[in-house]
Amino acid sequence: MDKKTKNEMETVEILIGKIMRIGVLIAASVMVIGFIMLVCQQSSGYPGTTFPTTLSEILKGITTFKPYAYMMAGIFLLILTPVLRVLVSIYAFYKEKDVLYVWITTIVFIILMFGFILGHH
Amino acid sequence: MITSTLLMLAVGLFAGIMGAILGIGGGMIITPIITLALGLDIKYAIGASIIAVIATSSGSTIAFLKDDVLNLRVAMFLEIATTIGAIVGAVLTGIFHPAILYFLFGSLLIFSSWNMYRKLRSGKEILKRAKPDKWAQKFNLNSSYFDKNLNKQIDYQVENIPGGLSIMFGAGIASGMLGIGSGAFKVMAMDNAMKMPLKPSSATSNLMMGVTAAASASVYFFNGSIKPGIAVPLALGILVGAAIGSRIMQHLPSRVIRMIFIPILLYLGLQMIFKAFGVTI
Repeated sequence: MDKKTKNEMETVEILIGKIMRIGVLIAASVMVIGFIMLVCQQSSGYPGTTFPTTLSEILKGITTFKPYAYMMAGIFLLILTPVLRVLVSIYAFYKEKDVLYVWITTIVFIILMFGFILGHH
Repeated sequence: MITSTLLMLAVGLFAGIMGAILGIGGGMIITPIITLALGLDIKYAIGASIIAVIATSSGSTIAFLKDDVLNLRVAMFLEIATTIGAIVGAVLTGIFHPAILYFLFGSLLIFSSWNMYRKLRSGKEILKRAKPDKWAQKFNLNSSYFDKNLNKQIDYQVENIPGGLSIMFGAGIASGMLGIGSGAFKVMAMDNAMKMPLKPSSATSNLMMGVTAAASASVYFFNGSIKPGIAVPLALGILVGAAIGSRIMQHLPSRVIRMIFIPILLYLGLQMIFKAFGVTI
């Protein structure tokens, strides 16, 4: 592989790596906050073994400081990190003017979104 | 609750280290612990496994990107086949008999375990091929990585792209339909079919499996299969484990990684073949 492509690749990968780290740290922090709240409050904030599974329930739980709402929000953010990775890759390839891989990565993103939509029906 | 939390943290730490080194999801470690040790429904084990795959992937990818071990172009190129396969698999659920697939994929894993054994026996890892592949050049897939064990930059070439794409498509179907083999098939496609060196194969598999899992994860999240009390300590343990594992992996000799791989592939393959005949081990 020629030098130019190699250097270009490193810039792309370092950028994605940085954004990934921020994303993972945010997701992990929200999980840790929820977990500490759970230990301190000794209650999940929800009756019995139930937990919130819709985004509106989770958001409502966050404003009322329910531990399980924070934990679920952290998990949801973690699920989003690979999606974030694909999105940032599109931008990174675009910045490096690699048109072929902008297309390839965009196709992956579209298929991924299609899967998300399909999954909800 | 304290016991199950500590157990999940410890399991996560172990699964994260192993998963990052091998490029596999760790569902085979997590599922029996959740169903047998904690006595929870299989549905929660599947939900936890999906979260485990994403945590392993995101946790290890940070180090692999920073140290430039993985091959981003190969990942994105193959991801097209995997994600389409995953959707086809999800649609096919209920139409196609899973036993046939279990048998087919189980046999593939055993074959790939045998291939790994042969590579181990032949000694030296072959990295450079005589004839450059047309597809690999067209899609700019050849690359290099710095091996921290050998302490040198290793250039490698990729070949048999159609073969790799076919296995990836199959891997997608398997994970979409059966929820299995998130990483094992990916490593197999890159290492066995495309002749990529083992470390970039495993690192690239780590990146890819998170993307594939994310598509189905939202389904499990909203249908209540992901228990926060289980998934959070597991995910936190894995994130730490994967960060450690992704650093250990780069210093390990490829031979050692292969030696860990062989029995695991064999076990996974046998597990699937038994399942095809209705026996769960």
